Amino acid sequence: MSDAGTVTLEDVRRVAELANLELTPEEEPRMQRDLNAILGHIAQLNQLATDDVPAMAQVGDVLATGHAEETGEDLRVDAVRPSVDRRAVMSSAPETDGRFFKVPKVIER
Amino acid sequence: MNSTETQIENKLLTIDEARAAVQATSATAVAERQYTLIAQDDVATGKGINSFLALSRERALAQAARIDELTAQGKPLPPLAGVPIGIKDVLAMTGSPATAGSLILKGYMPPYDATAVAKLEAAGAVLLGKLNCDEFAMGSSNENSAYGPVRNPRALDRVPGGSSGGSAAAVAAGFAAATLGTDTGGSIRQPAAFCGVVGVLPTYGRVSRYGLIAFASSLDRVGPFTANVKDAATLLGVLAGKDPLDATSSDRPVDDYVGALAKPVEGLRIGVPEEYFGEGLDPEIRAAVERVIAGLKDAGCTIVPVRLPHTAYAIPTYYVIATAEASSNLSRFDGVRFGLRAPEGKTLSGMYRKTRDEGFGAEVKRRILLGTYALSAGYYDAYYRKAQQVRTLLTRDFLTAFESCDAIVGPMTPTPPFKIGEKTDDPVSMYLADIYSVAASLAGICGMSVPCGETAGKLPIGVQIMARHFDEATMLRVGLAVEKMQANS
Repeated sequence: MSDAGTVTLEDVRRVAELANLELTPEEEPRMQRDLNAILGHIAQLNQLATDDVPAMAQVGDVLATGHAEETGEDLRVDAVRPSVDRRAVMSSAPETDGRFFKVPKVIER
Repeated sequence: MNSTETQIENKLLTIDEARAAVQATSATAVAERQYTLIAQDDVATGKGINSFLALSRERALAQAARIDELTAQGKPLPPLAGVPIGIKDVLAMTGSPATAGSLILKGYMPPYDATAVAKLEAAGAVLLGKLNCDEFAMGSSNENSAYGPVRNPRALDRVPGGSSGGSAAAVAAGFAAATLGTDTGGSIRQPAAFCGVVGVLPTYGRVSRYGLIAFASSLDRVGPFTANVKDAATLLGVLAGKDPLDATSSDRPVDDYVGALAKPVEGLRIGVPEEYFGEGLDPEIRAAVERVIAGLKDAGCTIVPVRLPHTAYAIPTYYVIATAEASSNLSRFDGVRFGLRAPEGKTLSGMYRKTRDEGFGAEVKRRILLGTYALSAGYYDAYYRKAQQVRTLLTRDFLTAFESCDAIVGPMTPTPPFKIGEKTDDPVSMYLADIYSVAASLAGICGMSVPCGETAGKLPIGVQIMARHFDEATMLRVGLAVEKMQANS
């Protein structure tokens, strides 16, 4: 791939494939333009020195007391619980035999 | 055009008014009246607000009948008995489709209720239906819905804000006394400001996200839109609390939010961040917010200048983290288990791609691509890890500021509601509409928008009030003080 911050058409196609998206030939240059504009804006994060700053994935990371993480007290009991109704789930599926979801052959990509 | 053609008459309905109407007539009559209003002003013809995507008439009338039966038996009524409420279409509600504003979920009927939906109904609310929104809650104008844009009831040629534009518009038009929205980067507070209603972003973990179609899980929050601050406190009291079905929901005790409103704001320290009053802020909004600050000072608050030095980095940080999480969350929409399946996909991967191509709109594709790019090999540290580190800095900014103040007050939006179509071709310009809202989202603190006047052109202005994690009670007290100022002005 190209350098961070400059997205080529090839990058757009590669990322679309990773994301299971199919873009039309008209969409590709538009997405390239938009991604470059947005990444240009995002590049200002590089003005900040963050080497010693911990990453925060969840706000709980900074609010946690540490107690529950050490003791596991916040974990739920490992017990069987009622789940959603299978028939109701299957009734919203595009294709099903009533027990399983049906999909095209998976041995060919 | 005269004013009646350019806006819906302001018919805000409070919970007290709805309950009084239920007592005077019946819950059934109130529900029917709301459906009549919706039929008159919401359908795509005529004024056409386009806020409701689906009406849950059967469920609503069954609940109304239950309330009427309780009344007939002289039994005590729950706090929201017969109060008409609408639900943003990203929340699961049995008996109604959940589309998230997307074609990929057209017709999908969820087999369970979101916890927030179940709690409202248990409190007696009559759930009118599902509300329009930007596709998968991605947008700042509600122009990204696959089911057409929502119009702002206060100015029909303007956007209602996004992504919960339908939820804000439904309260502003008087279709519902309250609605549920979701806020990932400003999607409750910004449309509340644009439509002239109250919108609350609860602290992350305060309200369960179970049953919410996820956009960015570390940011998504469920919260209420209401006609006034007291109603927001009532709704939040119903919604808040630990839910065993959402591991990120907090078990901290829930405050008595309505009771807290009785305490005066005198003695509170109000932080005013310099960074929120810089270039790009509309002068009429600046003046309105400065009037609020002066009013709080008159009410006995101490005004404290505070610094939020990383504010300028909030938008780029947000767009890395939110899109990275979205690219992961939206991978489940593949045509296998629910919603759309494109017929021409012959292989599994072909089916995935065709389905997602047909089902997703341009903004969703743009964000999935951006998130996938930011997470892809070689770029993870440059984008995602960097953004997570800046998120820490933004959170520290707030924690430091709250050492010297009890609440922070500033503008909610940089501009009044803009015209439909005005920003759709420029994603960066559109993203900047959330400049004052995303930092609170990243830091996980609570925030709210309260109406604080209008422009010379009669467009609503909202002021933002933020408070410490889990200190919604103080935030609501300040909100009530602002509301009283407006009533007295």
